[in-house]
Amino acid sequence: LAHGAGGKATNTLVDAVFLEAFRNPLLEAMTDGATVTAGGARLVFTTDSFVVSPLFFPGGDIGDLAVNGTVNDLAVCGARPLYLSAGFVLEEGMPVDDLRRVVDSMARAAARAGVQVVAGDTKVVQRGRADGCYITTAGLGVLTADVELSPENVRPGDAVLVSGPIGDHGITVMLARGELDIDADLASDTAPLHELCALLLKAAPGTRVMRDATRGGVATVLAEIATASEVAIVVDEAALPVRPEVAGAGELLGIDPLYVACEGRMVAIVDGTDADAALAALRAHPLGAGAALIGRVAADPEGLVLLNTAFGGTRIIDLLVGDPLPRIC
Amino acid sequence: MRVRTGIRVEGIVQGVGFRPFVHGLATTLGLAGLVGNDAGGVFIEVEGDAAAVERFLGGLSCPPPPAVIERITTRRLSARGGGRFAIVGSAVGGRRGALVSSDSATCADCLRELRDPADRRHGYPFVNCTACGPRFTIVTDVPYDRPHTTMAGFAMCAGCAAEYHDPADRRFHAQPVCCPACGPRLALRDRDGREMPGEPIEEARGLLRRGGILAVKGLGGYHLAATAADEAAVAALRARKRREDKPFAVMAPGLPSVRRLAHVGPAEEALLTSAARPIVLLRRRAGAPLAEAVAPGDRSIGVLLPYTPLHHLLVREPLVMTSGNASDEPIAHRDAEALTRLRNVADAFLTHDRPIHVRTDDSVVRVFGGGALPVRRSRGYVPRPLPVPAGGPAVLACGAELKNTFCFAEGGRAFVSHHIGDLENYETFRAFREGVEHFERLFGIAPAVLAHDPHPEYLSTKYALERAGEQELPLIGVQHHHAHIAACLADNEHAGPVIGVAFDGTGLGTDGTLWGGEFLIADLTGFERAGHLRPVPLPGGATAIREPWRMAAAYGVPNDLDVARRNAAAWDRVVAVGRAGLGAPPTSSMGRLFDAVAAVLGVRDRITYEGQAAVELEQRADPRERSAYPVRLDDAEDGGPSFVVPGAELVQAVVEDLRAGTPAPTIAARFHNAVGDLVVAGAVRLREATGLTTVALSGGVFQNLLLLERAVTGLETAGLTVLVHHRVPPNDGGISLGQAVVATARATSCAL
Ligand SMILES: [Fe+3]
Ligand SMILES: [Mg+2]
Ligand SMILES: [Zn+2]
Ligand SMILES: [Zn+2]
Repeated sequence: LAHGAGGKATNTLVDAVFLEAFRNPLLEAMTDGATVTAGGARLVFTTDSFVVSPLFFPGGDIGDLAVNGTVNDLAVCGARPLYLSAGFVLEEGMPVDDLRRVVDSMARAAARAGVQVVAGDTKVVQRGRADGCYITTAGLGVLTADVELSPENVRPGDAVLVSGPIGDHGITVMLARGELDIDADLASDTAPLHELCALLLKAAPGTRVMRDATRGGVATVLAEIATASEVAIVVDEAALPVRPEVAGAGELLGIDPLYVACEGRMVAIVDGTDADAALAALRAHPLGAGAALIGRVAADPEGLVLLNTAFGGTRIIDLLVGDPLPRIC
Repeated sequence: MRVRTGIRVEGIVQGVGFRPFVHGLATTLGLAGLVGNDAGGVFIEVEGDAAAVERFLGGLSCPPPPAVIERITTRRLSARGGGRFAIVGSAVGGRRGALVSSDSATCADCLRELRDPADRRHGYPFVNCTACGPRFTIVTDVPYDRPHTTMAGFAMCAGCAAEYHDPADRRFHAQPVCCPACGPRLALRDRDGREMPGEPIEEARGLLRRGGILAVKGLGGYHLAATAADEAAVAALRARKRREDKPFAVMAPGLPSVRRLAHVGPAEEALLTSAARPIVLLRRRAGAPLAEAVAPGDRSIGVLLPYTPLHHLLVREPLVMTSGNASDEPIAHRDAEALTRLRNVADAFLTHDRPIHVRTDDSVVRVFGGGALPVRRSRGYVPRPLPVPAGGPAVLACGAELKNTFCFAEGGRAFVSHHIGDLENYETFRAFREGVEHFERLFGIAPAVLAHDPHPEYLSTKYALERAGEQELPLIGVQHHHAHIAACLADNEHAGPVIGVAFDGTGLGTDGTLWGGEFLIADLTGFERAGHLRPVPLPGGATAIREPWRMAAAYGVPNDLDVARRNAAAWDRVVAVGRAGLGAPPTSSMGRLFDAVAAVLGVRDRITYEGQAAVELEQRADPRERSAYPVRLDDAEDGGPSFVVPGAELVQAVVEDLRAGTPAPTIAARFHNAVGDLVVAGAVRLREATGLTTVALSGGVFQNLLLLERAVTGLETAGLTVLVHHRVPPNDGGISLGQAVVATARATSCAL
């Protein structure tokens, strides 16, 4: 099953199975969360499941991932996150200390994000039928300002920003599996983005769309936006913030950091005239200190992401279909 | 008895002086009638004495080159009388089978005019006739007529019009005909596009003499030129173009000059002077007057002769003539684009106002066994069709990812496109899409089937999938190495089955791993994997392809070797990556085995162009060395005839020889000889198992002449018949042809 890497295979699976079965206008929007109205309030509702191996890694664990991931899905929709639910699938024999560690870290993450975990559920499955522990969280947030975020708003001339160095989380987790025996001074970027999102929306009213760059990384987010908005996104390779440790590990493993998951980074596309203000707002927050303007939106070629490389070429950045196998003959 | 016969002629019959030939033939025989072009070829009606018409038909089948007749069909018409024979205007519409001819080097007659001070075209850089000049690169549509070329904007003067309409003139209906009074105009421009004073060619030559870099607009795109003997100029060109090592081609003014640079045999001479004028890779002469930076450390040199009047006027001494681009970009062909993209590379632009419609790179060939072994088939050859099995629906084969070409096949003809390049580059991908559209229009082929490589990330694959979805067309995926072997079969007009040996870098296999050292039992419909190199990890995926030293680590060479010391900073990590299999997909690639050996011998740790380590290993090998390391075929676990080759043993043998103090050229040769022996051993084993006696060799690794020579000699000695490439490259440039013939074979052998 190549369907988990977050690329085209995942999209095909989602389209073919889930969208087909549950078809409704809110789901078809295919955003991180759905905006619903209940009792006059505009709410954003989302859910996400978390599986990660190992459960603990430098900079975080599955617990704070499960909180931050859902918080971020709400935040990039422009909502203030309020409530979470958490469901656990535990593998028989998982040490209770480990579980306690996970839950403590969830509690800390929830406190940091200003959300309450208000409902939960636990199931235990036989040994060997789960990888230690899986967590599913759902989240509810409220839209306070009158924001209208959608890739369809993206226009030529808009600026493309990322909130910090890319690829830290994915590379950290990969190295934490210990198969390579590499010590890199790296930690996951897992963090709640709600404050950063709020700051950005205030500083740049012309924010078109925000996305947290999780599975498939920044490249996948950009490719999806370009397809949805029928514009071109032109990224400048030299402007991409990548830590040297991440670049080094990526080089070693043949993995392009553009495609590596982040858990506390977002991509934002803002009106070109708001670019400076947006960048300043992001950089004013500790989580956005490494924010960068990485590219621009152009009219042509529709639906494609292009990378201006350091060598003066222009490379097409596409969704990956599966695992990245070399294309060189 | 007076008869009237209607005749239809198909083949390369437009833009090659075919109608004047027909006119002459008919007039000589006293026949009345007419001749004209349409989208299907040439139509003729002749009327007169029955015996004369018979003689006419006999003469028609032997036209002067470059015309090529594929088919003549006749029908009886009722006589109408009249005594004249006329050339009529082109008929529009109908089936678009008319074959556009390829660009052709300036002919001897035009060259004479160019040099004759009394001729009105003396020194005119755009002289051409029905026998020579631009064709494919300037054709915008069919039928091939002036309004459908980039000459459409130039109105003929009275003098040119008279020649154009005079059946006795050699410019009779030559579409690009022109002269200084009415045709394109040359200009020398500075970096800002401003025209510079003085006679353009004189000034351009002066600039080259002074060590300058000149952008020159040729037939298929812009070249960058520099004096080949000028060390500083060539080094500056390398630096500005950001091309580190890949050799530059050299344009020499004539054969005597080529002979001063390199060894030229009869086959080489024939290719150099052919109308296609490809770059021919020659064995460089010791002490050749060439700057070191032309082809650093290379024993061979790519040379070509002038093929446009402009080249004839410009080139007085050997000039580097490299494609006008920076690094990996495709060659610039539009004026405005060239001015911006080459602004920081060229000191001046020698340009003109005849647009180039299709960007077409120079072709590249090597000589093997007295014939051509194409490395890149493009200008001068394209779009000449190749004969393939007829029947089945029209096919568009989308080709591979690097060195991409695409191919249209219908009715027994395959049109392999010009060299498109590396699709990952956006400009190239655009050229791919535009090229596909252009060919569809030019040859009137609406594909009913799309063939593609199964690699999901190739942009050509994505194009095929997307188009198949939009137009509801069936898809046929053709495994990469099967396509290589099928291309070799098509190249030799052979249907198989054969023993196919496909050695290349990497291609996706049916088991999801990366193949590249493959023995197949194949025909056009299918194949069986009958033997392969034992897979090793490719540590870091594509990074391992750019860094051959990683393959030495993947092949497990000891860490006290120089290659490990040179790469000590990352050696252990790369070994660990390979062992863990994380970011290290398994591969049976022969190209990567060459990489490992090149790295162990200190030939190259990192490459700057595709295949560099293997190319340099071949250069390094001592061709006089005849001994070889032993090769072994292990039985595959399934118990059948198939086998696995432990490549690691060859690497081990190289390491031991190196430790024993054997010089690198000897080791490199012994390795080549061993791989040659491996080809023979594998083929002999499969002959025993299958009774097949023909072997097809394909894949980029067989551009290696030393290996090819060893393999072919060994196979023939063993009594096997060998097929190698003559018309399309063994590298991925040939993949589209292979895909096309497989798709045709599958579509005709079974319902889709
Ligand atoms: Fe290949
Ligand atoms: Mg999510
Ligand atoms: Zn001529
Ligand atoms: Zn004229």
